[in-house]
Amino acid sequence: MSLLEIKNIRKSFGDNEVLKDISLKVEKGEVLAVIGPSGSGKSTLLRCATKLETYDAGEIIYEGSFGLVFQNFNLFPHYTVMKNITDAPLRVQKREKDEVFKEARELLLKMGLSDKEDAYPYQLSGGQQQRVSIARALAMNPDILFFDEPTSALDPELTGEILKVIKALAAEHMTMVIVTHEMQFAKNVSDYVIFMENGYIVTQGTPTEVFDSANPRIRDFLGKLNAE
Amino acid sequence: MSIEVLLRELGKGMLISVEIFAGTLLFSLPLGLIVAFGRMSKFALPRLITKIYISIMRGTPLMLQLLVVYFGPYYLFGVRISSSYRIIAVLIGFSINYAAYFAEIYRGGIESISEGQYEAAKVLGYSKNQTFFRIVFPQVVKRIIPPVTNEVITLVKDTSLAYSLAVVEMFTAAKQIAASQTSMVPFLAAGIFYYVFNLLVALGMEAFEKKLSYYH
Repeated sequence: MSLLEIKNIRKSFGDNEVLKDISLKVEKGEVLAVIGPSGSGKSTLLRCATKLETYDAGEIIYEGSFGLVFQNFNLFPHYTVMKNITDAPLRVQKREKDEVFKEARELLLKMGLSDKEDAYPYQLSGGQQQRVSIARALAMNPDILFFDEPTSALDPELTGEILKVIKALAAEHMTMVIVTHEMQFAKNVSDYVIFMENGYIVTQGTPTEVFDSANPRIRDFLGKLNAE
Repeated sequence: MSIEVLLRELGKGMLISVEIFAGTLLFSLPLGLIVAFGRMSKFALPRLITKIYISIMRGTPLMLQLLVVYFGPYYLFGVRISSSYRIIAVLIGFSINYAAYFAEIYRGGIESISEGQYEAAKVLGYSKNQTFFRIVFPQVVKRIIPPVTNEVITLVKDTSLAYSLAVVEMFTAAKQIAASQTSMVPFLAAGIFYYVFNLLVALGMEAFEKKLSYYH
């Protein structure tokens, strides 16, 4: 069953067409990685899919709810960790307080942040903040979780803890769409990889198919990354 | 004149000053928020109207605005004005004037909140009202305390302008007593009053700022 289907999406900013006829499907339980150079349109695609951006043509069909983990966390600075996680389930979904708090504590335990319930975001490291934002998104029980370069704002030594959390979610068959620069991670965690460039999907397939592709553009892109 | 009589007379004026001060804040703080919404509206008409409004309120003397509010009804519509309208005119004049300044302070605060806060709220399903009152406004309040404190302190001193509508507030009372007694003491007492009033305002705002310092 497709939880999300994107059909022939087009998007321009002025004269600059950043998404040129993009189509893709996200199946239940699947981890989709979207990779490609800066300016390839992958972030815009994710912003269209999460309704933060409108699109000019095409169609997006949802079969369920979604959550989004931002590059810059976007936690609410005036709320404690606990309130960041519980406020939307309580105020938006209007769920039972006891149940929401119980679930939030389970999520914090999973994120290794049980002792941070009453902390404010500014008191946490970037990695901890990003884990709180993942917990905040999961507390809404979304059918799909989107990640917008979830480790790009983090110091290299902190990216590991986020990738570990995402891997654990993949093991639980959480449906995820991950826009990332972490090639090794994309290769390890995903079931399906989309390589984008200049607003097009250049190649897609299983991680092995994409990463071992003979396509010169991909070889070039991956080669540059390896050379760094 | 005994010091007791002096203080009693000044005390009456002081009450009027406090009344103008409190009344102005009560009306201008919410009104300023509404003006700020108009100023940031996605529609051109409310943007234009509030822009002109702010421009006039900031560009002309408050004293002149008080006179217009007080005499306007008579000259424009031939309405007879009673003397009890004086204090009301003062409150209206002060409120619409300060609302213009507060509106710009609110706007600055609201525009300083990052787009990411709105996007996070949107993805989590918050309504527009919830986003503003639960996420954005509390952060705005924290950020605008310093400029609001400036305005509030100016307001304390501006209350003396009510004399232009013959409302006997603190400063007018001091002037009358000083004239009849040929003494500087009433002015000294009035000066001390304004200073202590503002000291309390500053301390109060400082305490409020401290109360909100639990997050960055």
